[in-house]
Amino acid sequence: MESPVRFEIDYLQYLDADGELSNPDLPDFARNREQLVALYKEMLKVRCFDAKAVALQRTGKLGTYASCLGHEAAHIGIGSGLQADDVLAPSYREYGAQFMRGVKPREVLLYWGGDERGNDFSGPAHDFAWCVPIGTQCLHAAGSALAFKLRNEPRVALACVGDGGSSKTDTYAAINAAGAYTLPFVLCIINNQWAISVPRSAQTGAKTLAQKGLAGGLECLQVDGNDIIAVKAAVEHAAKRARHGHGGTVLELITYRLADHTTADDARRYRDDEQVKAAWKREPLLRLKKYLMAQSWWSEQDEAAWVIESNAWADAEVDAYLATTVQPVESMFDYLYAEMPHDVAEQRAQALAAEKH
Amino acid sequence: MAAITLIEALTQAMAYELRADPAVMVLGEDVGINGGVFRATSGLIQEFGADRILDTPLDETTIAGLSIGLAAQGMKPIAEAQFDGFMYPMVDHIICHAARMRHRTRGRLTCPMVLRVPWGGGIRAPEHHSEANESIFTNVPGLRVVMPSSPQRAYGLLLAAIRDPDPVIFFEPKRIYRQYKEEVPDDGEALPLDVCFVLRDGSDVTLVTWGSQVKETLEAADALAKSGISAEVIDVATIKPLDFDTIHESVKKTGRCVIVHEAPRTAGFGAEVAAQLAEKAMYDLVAPVERVTGYDTHIPLFRLEMKYLPNVEKIIAAVNRTLSVS
Repeated sequence: MESPVRFEIDYLQYLDADGELSNPDLPDFARNREQLVALYKEMLKVRCFDAKAVALQRTGKLGTYASCLGHEAAHIGIGSGLQADDVLAPSYREYGAQFMRGVKPREVLLYWGGDERGNDFSGPAHDFAWCVPIGTQCLHAAGSALAFKLRNEPRVALACVGDGGSSKTDTYAAINAAGAYTLPFVLCIINNQWAISVPRSAQTGAKTLAQKGLAGGLECLQVDGNDIIAVKAAVEHAAKRARHGHGGTVLELITYRLADHTTADDARRYRDDEQVKAAWKREPLLRLKKYLMAQSWWSEQDEAAWVIESNAWADAEVDAYLATTVQPVESMFDYLYAEMPHDVAEQRAQALAAEKH
Repeated sequence: MAAITLIEALTQAMAYELRADPAVMVLGEDVGINGGVFRATSGLIQEFGADRILDTPLDETTIAGLSIGLAAQGMKPIAEAQFDGFMYPMVDHIICHAARMRHRTRGRLTCPMVLRVPWGGGIRAPEHHSEANESIFTNVPGLRVVMPSSPQRAYGLLLAAIRDPDPVIFFEPKRIYRQYKEEVPDDGEALPLDVCFVLRDGSDVTLVTWGSQVKETLEAADALAKSGISAEVIDVATIKPLDFDTIHESVKKTGRCVIVHEAPRTAGFGAEVAAQLAEKAMYDLVAPVERVTGYDTHIPLFRLEMKYLPNVEKIIAAVNRTLSVS
């Protein structure tokens, strides 16, 4: 019987969980001490921030917070593979990618601290804000990519979605539209194995999440999402294809959510400690640190110094967040429309009057 | 100047703004070579090309989501939902994103898009093609909800909707797409998106309505005039934000108000008009407010749909009820 078409999904990894090279054909940036150490430092910095944010929530100084623990390679790989004029459409925990684009930790904290000004962040003004409804951001990225294509701009739109989000209609719709219009679109499915309490195995019968791009005619690749070298190389490859008019790519970045879904979740209700312990052996910083130390590019002294520096940076951001005064009540009304309708203005006046009592 | 229909006025408005602003584009199912199933985009692809008049894959979620991405990145999409009953997959994107993009980013990102929706019953269409669902959207902060009722107002209101820097849900009463023609100068003059239009002056009763019921209501007013009853007719046109002042001024004069709309009664937008009358015009009223609406049922398949919809007789009966109170 003839097959009209056959498909394969490739898997990309350079650095295995033990910090050994599983693929010696390294991209140039990974052969460069300065660049590879810089990526490690970014990952460690995000981890320091994340711990501070969780502690803030536990002490009542932050609302519900979605930790990024364990996703550092995926997020920093995405952030380092994009250009400033590209568009990032995150879900709600890709802080590492956003820090690399200029978003400040205090803005992340403001958002989870109950203040919309966190969404008016210092990153590229065209980047999308955090997207809580799950998957909708994929179509906003595809729409952005369509705008770039229609205007002949060499720009890329990249959306992040989770393994759970890969089940959403919107995610499939974005894949389909990106294929139909040959859009400069990259979809990173960050497969951290858990959609709150539902494991990856219960999301889909598909053997990989990368293959979800096949039906839309996109290029698909599965990537070790704990290997920063593989993630950065894959994102750069996908962005380059997109920028040169060759269309969209789906990257499945395989990682593990080491923390609870959010601070409002208790993962012990649904997953074994043994699984989490095993995942800690594959986490992204450990392997890169081993590799860097084996090259004599990094030392425990470097590590200790950088942790101190990163904590100081995170502390300063926390202080800035805590010092931010609450928005005035009229801010509820002031950004609804470019021109405030009379009925909104009337209610604004009522809210202001209520403040005076 | 040739007289044109309401749907031709919509096409004329889109063409005007496509010529005037390179950021404006049209997207939807069958909007390209087919010119839309109602022909609202007829001829546009020939003048503006397939990059600006874009057929989409057959998925309403796609149309809404792409439009938001386009709008956030500097385009001004005019999206078409093929029918009212097909727009529900869009609601997540409209409510969670389009309506709050400006608000939740404190103005950093905006969503200047128009969603055109052929709306309402009365054309003997199949199931899910005849919904009067405007009040789903009038409860959503950040949206404007507009419904024209004549060729001239269709032209001016659609131009305003396209130019508006915020998302506009533009409901098009398909029953009157081709009902009559009038001269519509292609002068690019937009109408305001926050006023009601007084279509007929009267002194005995105020009739408040929108969309295709404007025709029924004007006919009822004609019939009432023959019995010596002077009815003022107000086309709400922009349902959100509501220009209540114009309604209030009229009720101050007439003391009586009948609200006419096609949507089901409970929590239909007529309830909001009645509530504002109770809050602000209680002492101007001399009789209880009347509503003539669709029933709280699904609009029937077309053999019964005319029994569901408001009509001249039902409006006259409601006017007579309100006039019987002295």
